[in-house]
Formats: sequence, C-alpha cells, structure tokens
Amino acid sequence: MKTYDIVIIGGGPAGLAAAVSAKRSGTDSILILERDKELGGILNQCIHNGFGLHTFREELTGPEYAGRFIEQVEELQIEYKLHTMVMDISSDKIVTAMNSTDGLFEIKAGAVILAMGCRERSRGALNIPGYRPAGIFSAGTAQRLVNMEGCLPGRKVVILGSGDIGLIMARRMTLEGAQVQVVAELMPYSGGLKRNIVQCLDDYAIPLKLSHTVVEIRGKERVEGITLAQVDETGRPIPGTEEEYECDTLLLSVGLIPENELSSGMGVALSRVTSGPVVNESLETNIEGVFACGNVLHVHDLVDFVSEEAAAAGRNAARYVQSTDDASRGGGPLVEIRAVDGVRYTVPSGINVERMEDMQTVRFRVGGVYKNCFVSVYLDEERIQHRKRPVMAPGEMESIKLKKEELLKYPDLKVITVKLEEG
Amino acid sequence: MGKRELICIGCPMGCPVTVEMNGDEIVSVSGNTCPRGDAYARKEVTNPTRIVTSTVKVEGSCVEMVSVKTKEDIPKDKIFDCVRALKGLTVKAPVRIGDVILADAAGTGVDVVATRNAWPSCHKEAECQQAVDGS
Amino acid sequence: MYDVIIIGAGVSGCASARELSRYQARICVLEKAEDVCCGTSKANSAIAHAGYDAPTGSLMAKLNVQGNRMMERLSKELDFAFQRIGSLVVCRDEEEMPNLQALYDRGVANGVEGLRIVGKEELRRMEPHISEDAVAALYAPSAGIVCPFGMNIAFAENAAVNGVEFRFDTSVQGIRKTERGWLIETDKGQYETRCVVNAAGVYADTIHNMVSGHKIRITPRRGDYCLLDKSAGKHVSSVIFALPGKYGKGILVTPTVHGNLLVGPTAIDTEDKEGVNTTREGLDQVLRKAGENVKDLPMRSVITSFAGLRAHEEHHEFVIGEVEDAAGFVDCAGIESPGLTASPAIGVMVAGIVRELLHLEENQAFVGTRRGILNPQELPVEERKQLIRDNPAYGNIICRCEMVTEGEIIDAIRRPLGAKSLDGVKRRTRAGMGRCQAGFCSPRVMEILARERGKNISEITKAGGGSRLVVGVNKDAL
Repeated sequence: MKTYDIVIIGGGPAGLAAAVSAKRSGTDSILILERDKELGGILNQCIHNGFGLHTFREELTGPEYAGRFIEQVEELQIEYKLHTMVMDISSDKIVTAMNSTDGLFEIKAGAVILAMGCRERSRGALNIPGYRPAGIFSAGTAQRLVNMEGCLPGRKVVILGSGDIGLIMARRMTLEGAQVQVVAELMPYSGGLKRNIVQCLDDYAIPLKLSHTVVEIRGKERVEGITLAQVDETGRPIPGTEEEYECDTLLLSVGLIPENELSSGMGVALSRVTSGPVVNESLETNIEGVFACGNVLHVHDLVDFVSEEAAAAGRNAARYVQSTDDASRGGGPLVEIRAVDGVRYTVPSGINVERMEDMQTVRFRVGGVYKNCFVSVYLDEERIQHRKRPVMAPGEMESIKLKKEELLKYPDLKVITVKLEEG
Repeated sequence: MGKRELICIGCPMGCPVTVEMNGDEIVSVSGNTCPRGDAYARKEVTNPTRIVTSTVKVEGSCVEMVSVKTKEDIPKDKIFDCVRALKGLTVKAPVRIGDVILADAAGTGVDVVATRNAWPSCHKEAECQQAVDGS
Repeated sequence: MYDVIIIGAGVSGCASARELSRYQARICVLEKAEDVCCGTSKANSAIAHAGYDAPTGSLMAKLNVQGNRMMERLSKELDFAFQRIGSLVVCRDEEEMPNLQALYDRGVANGVEGLRIVGKEELRRMEPHISEDAVAALYAPSAGIVCPFGMNIAFAENAAVNGVEFRFDTSVQGIRKTERGWLIETDKGQYETRCVVNAAGVYADTIHNMVSGHKIRITPRRGDYCLLDKSAGKHVSSVIFALPGKYGKGILVTPTVHGNLLVGPTAIDTEDKEGVNTTREGLDQVLRKAGENVKDLPMRSVITSFAGLRAHEEHHEFVIGEVEDAAGFVDCAGIESPGLTASPAIGVMVAGIVRELLHLEENQAFVGTRRGILNPQELPVEERKQLIRDNPAYGNIICRCEMVTEGEIIDAIRRPLGAKSLDGVKRRTRAGMGRCQAGFCSPRVMEILARERGKNISEITKAGGGSRLVVGVNKDAL
C-alpha cells in the first residue's frame, strides 16, 4: 500500500489551495485525488467573471482562477490523480479509490483533507408536484451543458431559486439566445449576491419574483409550462395567486448540500445546520488528522474565501503530520463558539486557544435579513466586539476575527458567543 | 437635481451607491466603500459597461469548448453584438489563457481572449492520463 | 404472419412473452413506448405480496400466491433483485382486531404460509420505529420486495434471447378479425397474427373493446409515492402496511431492494391514462399518512416523488382468458396490485392458454436463464480489480451517488433490448436514481449514449418520443 503524508480528496478550489499551502508549509508527500478529467472542480464551468478580487487583486473568470492554482500545483510538483473516484475512507485513514488505469487501490494517509465540495438540491427534495418530463435541470447541470458541452438545454426558461448559480444562469442562457422569463424565489429575499441581481437580471430586464414558487409542472415528454404562485410567511402557496408560464425548461437553483457521504462513512461528525463536518480552529474534524475545507465544510458564496479557508486547512494538516508532540497535533481542550440570536452557525465551532494562529477567522451566516444590526462577540459575559453592519442577509457569508493575544488574557474562558444585537 | 440609486458590482460586497445628478452632470457619489465604487457609479450613469464572458468551440482538444471574455469592459449596449460576433467561431487547439480569440469584438476596440487552456487531444486515453498525472 | 402478438411490454406482457418463448412460435411484442417497463410496471410499490388481500377463490388470490412462490427461483434464474423480508399489517385500534383476524383467516384460506398475528411487544422488537399506537400486526414472512424494472427487463431480455421480437414506439390503432386470425393496425404499419394477447395495462380496455361486444372498463387509479434517501433505508426492515381501508392498502412504508425507503401510495381515480403527474394534495396525503404507522420518518430525506397508474378493473379482478366473442384474442387485463407479484404466474397462465389455442410444440432450444448487468459492487475485491484490468470502463465511475461505472452503462446499452434513453439507462443500472437525481451524471450518460448509439447529443432523450434533453447549440438563435 502506498503511503502519503497528506491525501486531499477533491481537486477543486479547496483541494488545490490546501495542497499548495501544505506543500509551502514543508510537507512534500501530498496526493490530490480528483474524479474529473482535469483539476479545477466546478470553477471550470463557472466561466463568468468576478473571482479573485481578494486573492489576486484582480477580477478573473472561474477557469482563470483555477488556472492560477493549477499552475502552482504544477510548479510545486504536487502529485495528483485524475479520473479517480474515492470510494471509501476508513477511520484509520486508509483511502480506497478507483480509476481505469490503476483499478481499485488503497492509500495510507498520515492526514486527510476533505475537499469534495457540494451538490445541488434536486427537484425531488422540493416535492414539486406534476409530471417528470425532460427539461427540468438543476442550474449547475445546465451550466455544464452550456459552458462545457456547448449545448442549449432550452429556449424558454423559468428559473426557480435565486441562488447565485440561478442568477448567473439567467444571464448565460440569455446570452446564448434563450429567453429567460422569470426568476422565482420562495423566500422574501434573494439567496444570491446583490451584484448578481444587478448584472444578471436587471441588465436583461428579467423579473425576480420574491415569495413565489412553482406549484405545477406541465408537459408529459418535455416541459410545456409551469405555474407560479405567491407563498405566505410559512412558504405555503396562496390560492388564487397562480400565474401560468409557457416554457420548455425549468432550472432549479434551490440550494447546495455539502457532499459528506465519505465523511460520515468514516465517522466524521456532521453539523445539522451546515450539513458539513464539525471542526475546531484547525478545521480538524472529530477524527484526529482529518481536516475539511471549502464547500464540503459549509457552502460558500465566494471562492476567495474557500481558498483562504483551504490554505489554513493545508497549513494545519502539514503541522499535524510534522509535529511530534501530542499537544500541538490535535485534540486538547476546546472553547465552544456559540451561535445565537440570528447567527445560524459558526465555522469553526470550537477553539483550542493554545494551538490557534495569531488571528482566527470565524465565518458565519445569519438567519434572515438584518438592517443596521451589530455583530457582537462575547468572551463569556464580556463583550469584546460590537460592529455595525448596514445589511446582512442569509445569502452572504459574514466573518469575525479573533486575536490569540486577546483570548490568552482570559485563561478561564469557557464560551465565545457570536450574536446579532439591535442598535 | 436627480438621484440614481445603484448597487455597485465592483466586488461581492454590493454597496448601495447614490449618485446625485444635475442634468448630465454628476454632483456627488455617496454610499460607496472604496474608490472602485465611485468609479463604477460615475461610469454606470454615463456610459455603463460590462465584461462579457462566453464560450467558443475548440477543435482537436480533449475539451469541447474554450471559455472566453472581453479583455476589458465594453459598452452595455454592445453586449449582444459582441456575443453574435462569436457565433459560429471555432478555434484550433492548442489554446492558452490570454490568447486572442477575436480581435476588436463588434467594433468595440476590445479583444476577446481565452480564459482557459485547451491542449491538443491525445491519441490514447491512457497516455493522456499519464501525461496529465502529476509526477 | 406471427403466431402470437402481445400488446404491451410491461411486466405481464413480458412475463407472457418469456413463458411463450418456451414453445415453437413466431412471437412479437408491440409497445407504444420506447422501452419495456414504461407504464404501470415502472411505478408501483415494488412488493411481492404474500397473498392475504384478495378474496379467497379469486384468480387474483390464486396467482398472487403462486407468483410469490415462484419469485425466489425466478430471481436466481433471471438474475433480478428480490428479498423475502416479510410484511406487517399494522392494527392501531383494538376495535379493528377482528379485521386483522379476518385478514389472517383469508390468508390461510388463500394458502399463504407462515402467517402469524404478533402482539405489541414482539412487533416493537421487530420494528423499533413502529407507531406507539400499534396494538398488533399480521406478520407474513413470505412477503418480499423486488426490483420491478429488473424483473420486467429480465423477462423481456430472456424472451428476446429466445427469439421473441420487440417493436417499440409502435402504438396499436385498430384490430380486425381476419380468416387466419387478426390484423393489427399500428402507427408503424400492419401486423398479422394468429393470436393476440392484450397486456396493454391501463389501455387494456381500449384494446379489448376494439374486438369484443362485451365491453370492459379499466380506470387508471393513481398512486403518488415519495422515495427517501438510502440514509433512511433501514428505518424499517420489513414492508409496513396499514390495515386496509376502502381504497387499496393505505400508505405503506418499505425498504427497497436498493436500500432506499419507499412511502406511498395514494389511490386517486383519474380519467387520464397518461396522468402520472403527482399533485400537491397527493403528496401531502403521503407525507401526512406515512407517519401513522411508522414514527420518526425522516421526510427531509425525500429524494424524489413520482406517481403510477394502477389498471383498475371495475370488479377488481384479473381478467385473463380468451375473449368469448373473439376467438384467438386473449385478455390479460385488470392487472393491478398484486399484479407485479402475480406476473410470473400470469405469464405461465397466458402461455398455457395460447399453447392450447395454437397447439404449440415445445422449443427445445429454450434457454431459461439470463445474466443481468454485472454489478461490480457485488464482486469480491480481487475479482473487481481483475474486471477493471480486463475492461477499464469498469474503473470509471459515472454516477457518483449510486457508484455506477461506465462499464455497466455500456453493458446496459449494448445488451439485447438495450437502453436508448437516460431513463432506460437509469432503470437498468440505477445511474441517476440516487440522491442528486442525475444532476451530476446526466450530461455524462448523454455523452455515452450518443457515442454508443452513434448519435448526436441533441438526439438523446430522457424517455424517448419528444423528451429531448437539449434543444440546440449555443447561440443558434442569435
């Protein structure tokens, strides 16, 4: 059985950034396992611009952003295997994978970085009644067909869900000659970035209907039309508000789910809120030496933050495999980070103050739209941060930073609380 | 005095920006967090522009399509002209990021460039795999 | 001139075709869809019923029990998935105990083996998630679960290998008596045959009424279902029924042979023989009632919902036999639940009727076994490694949720009566049936289908006919 210090599951943005960072932190024996025919993951089909302002100080398209990291992986001579599906990871970090050339094989890993990304919620998960004709695609599947295969999945399109992929696809389909009639969103606010509403919908006069959903799909062979209805506060359609649309395509952009079947298979504990692993400050899961980053950990809006997070996971994994004393390796006492009063979750959800880096980023999402609220951080009872934010919405990830030197001043610290407070 | 309310698209923050106008003249820009927002707002009310991204077919490569973009932003009303100019265009591998795919797209003076690499296809899948396998 | 034409390639038509291929005869199956198993047979509870439901002495009861007994051997001969996991009919009201007892008595009279009424305690030990209200249950160890696609396709493939012809996308429009038998008009031309078997599912009345003065009526009775993720597949370990009410068997909860959890069906009569649309009311009913017998159902884990149509005959009985005023025309109609269970016995019965009518001789070359699509996940590791060395396509995963390889998909396309569409591949290999519902694999399967069938990707359909998946190429309308 081959052995590597670090095996990275997934060669998308998270896996690539983790690999580069681990290598630069002094670990040489690294292997990336990627199931697709090339590195870069979902970025290869995200041909729009808007990536990289944080990371590279310039605006790049998805493939260009991925290209920058792939170049670094090549330069650093990091090993990777393409066309390779990871079938199983055991709790003692034996990775079973498969491809056409090597067949079914096992690798022993010193540390594992989970970077498998996420998948789209399907129609089934929404329980939309109606027929099951051709012409219902998740936005990402349509994105692949249009951007990678050059195929047009439809000509008259309705989009359900205003997540970023849905918004981006509204523009993409329009620019490829399709007519996008409407984007409907179940919630009273969009799940996507504000700028995508401007440049993907407003620019092309595509209406966005908030608090609306699809209540019927017509067409037995191919979609022939759908019915939209307004919903009440609980999300139930309001009778009498139905509007019929003629269309041959329904695109769904109704949420992303971290892809954690491998993680749960090896015993990694998952959060009910994020559906991703529960991690400490090192982005290490409940299994020592198993780290997670990117969309498998929690769904991000911006790849720049994925890269940043993954770089931390890479550094931490390198430190884990290089360290000789148990204390710096993993485990140890954790200070819980509690997400309350509008804060849905935090990543990480616990911190080992001794082991943390000088500055710790804690990312979180809020549960609704909040205007002129304060993000507050409490160390036990004492408020140490109180920062005003003009607007916060569930579609946009937020973060706070914690300084090690500040936390060290509280030797008996039990709980760090992150919450929203009124002015 | 007129007022235009905008959302800045310069970065993912999406700042709400207000432009005060006196006829065609910009009196003030407010609400932006950074200079990019000021620049965006001034352009948006006078000559709105966008980067356009698309794809063109590539021959002789492992991939079907090469993604492309306008090297700089072009006037908003030229977007469809630019995309139409790409219709039916096919390029040959190899293509590298930054290669000019279409010069002076739709008379904008802006080139359309490749945003991904497309290497020539290999004769055998196995060799192709070895060639791309690291080390 | 054919000896036998079977109308309909659902499970009863294909079971009949397979049984008839034991005899020397020219047989053809006409199917209006693009594949076998496209109607009632593809959307049902996938259960091998024990046989206590149908009235004692009915054909339904007899063929149910017979079909159930044949299931084990047949599943081995024809290589489809079947598991005898037993069923429980749950009684939640002491006052209804006589009904449970009546079901037991009927089962015994029908010849169902091993029936037993289990009390509260034992029931809870058997099924920890059973409702707190449950007072007792009828346990039928002979009930099981089956892969409906697998069984239907296995019958069809085995029939094809034994010489039965199949004509897809061929819809019957008229039937005329001739001197030598029957002339069948279709949208693809005429077919002449000595004998007709009407296995047309919800259309069996339309076909029957073309030739007979004694009209029959089949009402499509829709059933809506929800399918849950494999993570919920072990929530129950046997088929859980409610004590029957006026409409069918109520909402059941069952594991599937592939490890999912199936919840349903409703029973809603409709006029539309193609009306396989789920409705809000139907799905709500499933979600509401599912929890009556089984607690803590993780309904968050629903991965898809679908509806099927039962071919309900007004007397709720199988109509199998030569039609009185139409010599050489054999009905196989009204095949609703427990039709799937009964289908092996239905096939034998239909073949027997036709054999006598036509005095058919035995086909010495008949091959009674068939190998299904090789599933590498069932192989020992070393054999799987060797398989990939021999055929690298078995090392390439296409459907990540169900871990289906390119090798299996190619097999599904190339074998007799191979898959032509995404749904055809899905029913044969499970590619696209998992938790992402084909989001990941459909472009990849489309590519393989196009390559293997020598077609352009724009010609690939979801399920034949007008169900094209892509409508053009980028910018073609600009």
